Amino acid sequence: MPGPLRRLLVKPELGALVGAVVVFAFFAVQSETFRSPRGIANWLDPASTLGIMAVAVALLMIGGHFDLSAGVMVGTTALTVGIVATELRQNLWVAIGVALLLALAIGFLNGWLVTRTGLPSFIITLATFLMLQGLNLGLTKLFTGTVTVGGIDDVPGYGAAEWVFASRVSVFGAEVRVAVLWWLLFTALATWVLLRTRFGNWVFATGGDDVAARNVGVPARRTTIALFMTTAAAAWFVGTTLAVRLTSVQANTGIGQELIYIVAAVIGGCLLTGGFGSAIGASLGALIFGMTQLGIPYLRWDADWFYFFLGAMLLLAVLANRLVRRYAEAARR
Amino acid sequence: MTTRPAAVPSRNEPGNAAPLLELRDVGKDYGTVIALDGISATVRAGEVTCVLGDNGAGKSTLIKVLSGVHRADRGQVLLDGRPVAFGSPREALDAGIATVFQDLAMIPLMAIWRNFFLGAEPTKGRGPFRRFDSARAKDVTRRELAAMGIDIRDPDQPVGTLSGGERQSVAIARAVHFGARVLILDEPTSALGVKQAGVVLRYVAQARDRGVGVVLITHNPHHAYPVGDRFLVLNRGRSLGEFGKSDIDRDELTRLMAGGAELEALAHELERPAD
Repeated sequence: MPGPLRRLLVKPELGALVGAVVVFAFFAVQSETFRSPRGIANWLDPASTLGIMAVAVALLMIGGHFDLSAGVMVGTTALTVGIVATELRQNLWVAIGVALLLALAIGFLNGWLVTRTGLPSFIITLATFLMLQGLNLGLTKLFTGTVTVGGIDDVPGYGAAEWVFASRVSVFGAEVRVAVLWWLLFTALATWVLLRTRFGNWVFATGGDDVAARNVGVPARRTTIALFMTTAAAAWFVGTTLAVRLTSVQANTGIGQELIYIVAAVIGGCLLTGGFGSAIGASLGALIFGMTQLGIPYLRWDADWFYFFLGAMLLLAVLANRLVRRYAEAARR
Repeated sequence: MTTRPAAVPSRNEPGNAAPLLELRDVGKDYGTVIALDGISATVRAGEVTCVLGDNGAGKSTLIKVLSGVHRADRGQVLLDGRPVAFGSPREALDAGIATVFQDLAMIPLMAIWRNFFLGAEPTKGRGPFRRFDSARAKDVTRRELAAMGIDIRDPDQPVGTLSGGERQSVAIARAVHFGARVLILDEPTSALGVKQAGVVLRYVAQARDRGVGVVLITHNPHHAYPVGDRFLVLNRGRSLGEFGKSDIDRDELTRLMAGGAELEALAHELERPAD
């Protein structure tokens, strides 16, 4: 293979970029709504909240770990915002601050347990996932007597919070939700951190081979804990966005989403074994998810096809990623 | 001292200067097992000291003592003539003793320049804008590798795509760049073919010529002899002697290493019956 082509092939996000272009073309050709500014704004919305999580999950996966509690943590933080604001009668910003501290504490605990015990993060965060699922339901019932927290828009501070988390911005005549802008910002920030900072170098190294990384002085343990806390902070951001946007939160919010985040990150080129991947790729994975989720109903197909499609994309992605890894690891002789 | 005095004239400095690194009657036990006993050796700047021995001779234990993984239980380790005891590999590294282990501490999926500076990334900018100075890292990597005579087409390629010899060479260049005065190489040629081993030995000589004191650990006298200035032969944790190059020839070194008489007996045994 000639040099430039080789170099392009080891870009983790290449597969997702090709996939996103193909998926866009597929739906855009057949549906006028899909390619209109309003349609685009519509499918960017599910892509954005998923994308914010996928970017954080991708960083964690590059660092060599999974977080199965990421989905339910969105629910935990959204419920915390709701309960602290409406039941404990605090200013909404206080509630949002409390939720952030809680999320960071959970993320720290995940990371601390993983680095401390050396157990697979898969099993540690599965435990966190189950515990949080129980707490979400139990505490919500305890406080409200139902499985919903509502009336978040009646709390002082809602106006400013709505502006930050749930406003709309007019772009090319379409109303785009502000979450889309946050998503772009976080993707850019994560890419910069990953490729242009020392911490980013440590993330790749910790995920690639944590023993070797530690031998040359990389603080692998701190890096891992920071990554779990980043994922938790992303869950807080998305949870707060949902709470402010919907003004009421169901106790089962976020459950099942953790696998979708991982799917987006893998479609974006993250290796399941760590040490390789990209934040832009994960965002493209989320974009493919959003386009398909809304593109299928636009074509008046049955929504059931969506999951088949998602599975096929995932399979294609892992096969492509396997080739990349083989290339990168095969010693030239 | 159980060894002959090593009176090898040094290439770069007068013979009476204190050696860079010196071992005096060093011993190390693992519980009741004596892993090393009565080991004496010298490492001088701009010279290669080879440590030879068969499997189980105590080579790995010696490396661990030198690189700060273990402390010696007996005897002294002297750096620039002063006794030292390293508590961790980091301390040894800070004192200028770098060890290139067999697994190399490199991440196969990461680019060469990222590996080169891993754990010691140069930065620019301040506060939240402090960032990895990747332009400088790439530049220095290319320059340092070139200075060692290593021709890397593209510092962006993952280390995993390099051959075993090239990887060793990058690890050596990295240690030299980060100010290693003593470079300990753990079996750098053991997994390599003849040609690749030659490439690595050439870089060992390069490091030596740049004034680094090299400790080359190997079980292959054919690799050690051409590049070595002095030879420490180990057998079951004990020293069979430290020799200057003029004191010993290659055949004798091989014979000594393999247990001398034992090998001759084996050769005899395996010989075809005369026709």
